[in-house]
Amino acid sequence: MGGIVKYKDTAGRFRGSVFWRHFQKNKLGLVGAGIVLVLAAIALLAPVLSPYDPSDMDDLHILSTPSRDHWFGTDRLGRDVLSRVIWGSRISLLVGFIAVGIATLIGVLLGALAGYYGRWVDSLIMRFVDLMLCFPTFFLILAVIAFLEPSIWNIMVVIGATGWMGVARLVRAEFLSLKEREFVLSARALGASDLRIISRHILPNALAPVLVSATLGVAGAILTESALSFLGIGIQPPTPSWGNILTGGKDNLEIAWWLSFFPGLAILVTVLGYNLLGEGIRDALDPRLRQE
Amino acid sequence: MLSHIVKRILLSLPLLIGITFVSFLVIRLAPGEPVSLQTDLNPRVSAASKAQLRHLYGLDEPLPVQYAKWAWRSFRLDFGRSFSPDGRKVTEKIAERIPITIFLSLLEMLVIVLIAIPIGILSATRQYSLFDKSTTIFVFLGFAMPTFWLALLCMNLFGVHLGWLPISGLQSMNYAQLSMGGKILDRAQHLIMPVLVGAFGGLAGFSRYMRSNMLEVIRQDYIRTARAKGLSERTVIYKHALRNALLPVVTILGLSVPGLIGGGVIFETIFAIPGMGQLFYGSVMSRDYPVIMGILVIGAALTLFGNLLADISYALVDPRIRVAKER
Amino acid sequence: MIPNITGDSASHEIGGLLYNGLVKYDKDYNIVGDLAKSWEISPDELSITFHLRKDVRWHDGKEFTAHDVLFTYRFMIDPKTPTPYAGDFLLVKKAEVLNRYAFKVSYEKPFAPALISWGMWILPQHLLEGKDVRKSPLNRNPVGTGPYLFRQWKTGEKIELEANPNYFEGRPYVQKVLYRIIPDSATLFLELKAGGVDWSGLSPMQYQRQTDTGEFRRKFRKYKYLASGYTYLGFNLKDPRFQDKRVRQALAYAVDKEEIIKVVLLGLGVEATGPYKPDTWVYNPHVKRYPYDPERARELLAEAGWKDGDGDGIVEKDGQPFRFAILTNQGNEERKMTAEIIQKRLERIGVKVEIRIAEWASFINFFIKNRRFETVLLGWSTGQDPDLYEIWHSSKTLPDEFNFISYQDPRVDGLIEEGRHTFDRKRRKACYDRIQQILAEDVPYLFLYTPFSLPVIHARFKGVEPAPAGISYNFIKWYVPQDQQRYKE
Repeated sequence: MGGIVKYKDTAGRFRGSVFWRHFQKNKLGLVGAGIVLVLAAIALLAPVLSPYDPSDMDDLHILSTPSRDHWFGTDRLGRDVLSRVIWGSRISLLVGFIAVGIATLIGVLLGALAGYYGRWVDSLIMRFVDLMLCFPTFFLILAVIAFLEPSIWNIMVVIGATGWMGVARLVRAEFLSLKEREFVLSARALGASDLRIISRHILPNALAPVLVSATLGVAGAILTESALSFLGIGIQPPTPSWGNILTGGKDNLEIAWWLSFFPGLAILVTVLGYNLLGEGIRDALDPRLRQE
Repeated sequence: MLSHIVKRILLSLPLLIGITFVSFLVIRLAPGEPVSLQTDLNPRVSAASKAQLRHLYGLDEPLPVQYAKWAWRSFRLDFGRSFSPDGRKVTEKIAERIPITIFLSLLEMLVIVLIAIPIGILSATRQYSLFDKSTTIFVFLGFAMPTFWLALLCMNLFGVHLGWLPISGLQSMNYAQLSMGGKILDRAQHLIMPVLVGAFGGLAGFSRYMRSNMLEVIRQDYIRTARAKGLSERTVIYKHALRNALLPVVTILGLSVPGLIGGGVIFETIFAIPGMGQLFYGSVMSRDYPVIMGILVIGAALTLFGNLLADISYALVDPRIRVAKER
Repeated sequence: MIPNITGDSASHEIGGLLYNGLVKYDKDYNIVGDLAKSWEISPDELSITFHLRKDVRWHDGKEFTAHDVLFTYRFMIDPKTPTPYAGDFLLVKKAEVLNRYAFKVSYEKPFAPALISWGMWILPQHLLEGKDVRKSPLNRNPVGTGPYLFRQWKTGEKIELEANPNYFEGRPYVQKVLYRIIPDSATLFLELKAGGVDWSGLSPMQYQRQTDTGEFRRKFRKYKYLASGYTYLGFNLKDPRFQDKRVRQALAYAVDKEEIIKVVLLGLGVEATGPYKPDTWVYNPHVKRYPYDPERARELLAEAGWKDGDGDGIVEKDGQPFRFAILTNQGNEERKMTAEIIQKRLERIGVKVEIRIAEWASFINFFIKNRRFETVLLGWSTGQDPDLYEIWHSSKTLPDEFNFISYQDPRVDGLIEEGRHTFDRKRRKACYDRIQQILAEDVPYLFLYTPFSLPVIHARFKGVEPAPAGISYNFIKWYVPQDQQRYKE
């Protein structure tokens, strides 16, 4: 991370107001933020917005095309797809947030330790990161879930436990650059303990890139959970998840295009929203860092 | 140069050991005694085999010894026998599937390189043009796209509704009766969708990467020098900038190995292609633990190998490293 | 490919073309001769004497005689033979060869299912005697007396049969039969439409919605008849919660079977009220029914002590919420959907259900054998003889046996025994009528539905005549007019 980092002052401290000003200028980022907020609203208001109970079976409308009664059509058991997609947003967000929460926690912890203490601690942790990166993530997740059961908690923990590597590297880089700064040196001179320095002085200023990573991470976690549920090893029916509605789409490929189309669209828009938001935050942090 | 390569190889060895360690942890995740879980759920296992398995996993011994045995067997690629009704050796089952997966991955890499590089370069040279803007949108969509959804949509459109392409398998049922030309065409038809859809995710990322790389290179001093010398724009771009921008291509390809292998699970399953990914999925669904572990370890080893190749090829190609070593 | 020692329907179906029994069913489920051209039941009902055909040869040319029948009998009762079908043969007191073409078998007591039990595939003595059947080459290269000769078996791909020109009923018209192994049902359907498959089964969805185009109707004929079997939810009667009859009845009232038939089978099925197929002579329509009545279900649960005290929507008793798992096997979409519907209906009366799906091998060997289940969603294929011994008798509760719900009712035991040891159809019917009443009252199984079989055959095949026994009973008489033949040698 070279270049002038504008959101930090000369001493290295994070300046929220500067960040905010830059963020507002980024149109795509605002679109992303909008999508994210709308999605959160849909998830929260699911009971209100959903026209039917997602487990209600209408035996007169089995696998029926989108119509006035069922805007997104119905599935093989006669359940309203729109309602299931709306309720599915809850699962996606829940899994996304908790998985990323876990990944961020692990990543920040390990990255901070590696960056702050350096030398062999750093080597060890970084080698561990390399090691984890050797495993195709999806394989690892599938293998672990095969040994446990596909409960929602297991899924969240596993996605989190296999997604912390990027965060760790980022945090480590921040710590490496910040630990020799004046404000840190003065804190140490004043006798502050390591823990205090790490948590109260360096960490708050190191978190900005973590925000980017976490936002993008939610997008990734949602994609992973959908893929797992699609394959039948994620969220189990009858709980609706966008991925497991798509399973119905595959099973009924010839006769029910709506089962394939709508849940996938929901995933696309959601992931796009979080990606745009994440990129927007990254841009606001430093225009020169924008990934061209 | 050589020393650099050797150094990279040596650094990979502890990672190989680490792979066995992490996979050992995964085995120990199973609730209860690993063997009982595996044998109780396996109809073919008689009491004699149970004892054999206990011995195999060294469960009558302390943990470190168990790990050592597991690690040693992994190096010898001895993962035991599959729990499925055919009871074949795990390595045999994987070996007959790997070529297809690798073939598919190579095709996908080819597609990525052939399509993403020109897109990336053109976007860079025509920065901010309509072309650039539309490819940017394409890239964002590409990152956000759940590729299994794309697969379903393509199967629906091209397979079911338009009937242009077959939607599953590597060959038609009457493959054996086709002529040589017919056979090739049949295979190609079956591969088009899986390869294109599988390459899609990588396409977006890679074209983006090429673009930024190219942009960075163009801004460099030596390009300005070349222009100042009066060389045509064409020569500038294609002779100087391109060569340097292409340096990381092999590296990136090496790094995309885990993504392609992991993604194989989804695509091979959706398109019913008999590769390692489909075998993995089937084993996960039927809790065929020996096969699961075998593929996990081999998948990780392949990734490691891919990274190593990427590293070495980068060293071969990057003049800075080459020169530094020669000093 | 020795169906005597296998349990799967595929080897049994193919076995039907390769082997014969002494008797078989005709199109109306009457017992008629196969390898036996006639038989007599002794006046004391204790023996059957079979007079065998003299014109039968094994596929390798050797003559079929009564010695093969005796060998098959000894084979079936041999403890070393890994067969699940020994039960009926263990009741034989004496089996003897009277002469080359006559075989007599005697029982301790009159045994009603005896006659049809001799529909079991007869095996060649000259190829299997004294050998370990598991290692026999006949597993991969069967030799029988049937209308078709075995030609080839490519594992995972196909099995090829060819017409037996010396078949004793006359040479089959269809010269070659190819069984193609296609694991994916979507691919199977595509192959059917593309012309690569001539005879297959349809799912309800395919039958109702995907096969109505003019083109499809021109190329194929669809058939629909009630299958011989039923799907049920079995309660593990060792679980104290399910030992209270009121609980079982409550759950029966809480499930809407009509809904399941409409949604899962798209209407292509009928409600099952007991272990027998409607419209057979045994079926008793006058049994207790459980029309959908969630109110009554709640009342019964309350009577049994299950009430929702804490308002969380789940009923409890002695502080324990009523939660249980429905176990079913992987790979059966209908059962999975049925389980989801049951789950939903039970939730409405305050019972929380979890669905657990296990892969078939572990399903049988880990869960069923060890009785590690609370309820199980499964199906039975039923034979035509009404004997219920194997499934419902209280003695059949060993790990490998079929009474895995641990049902014990001395009345039913007595009735089963009486029913199987008399040939008098009226007396048998009385026994089985009573058993059906008891089972309907007791609900050890929540009987759900009997589906329709939905075979589809390419239109060029003539001679297909649907009858109570289905369509395959006269397969050797099917033919294709010359101008429509597709595969010529």
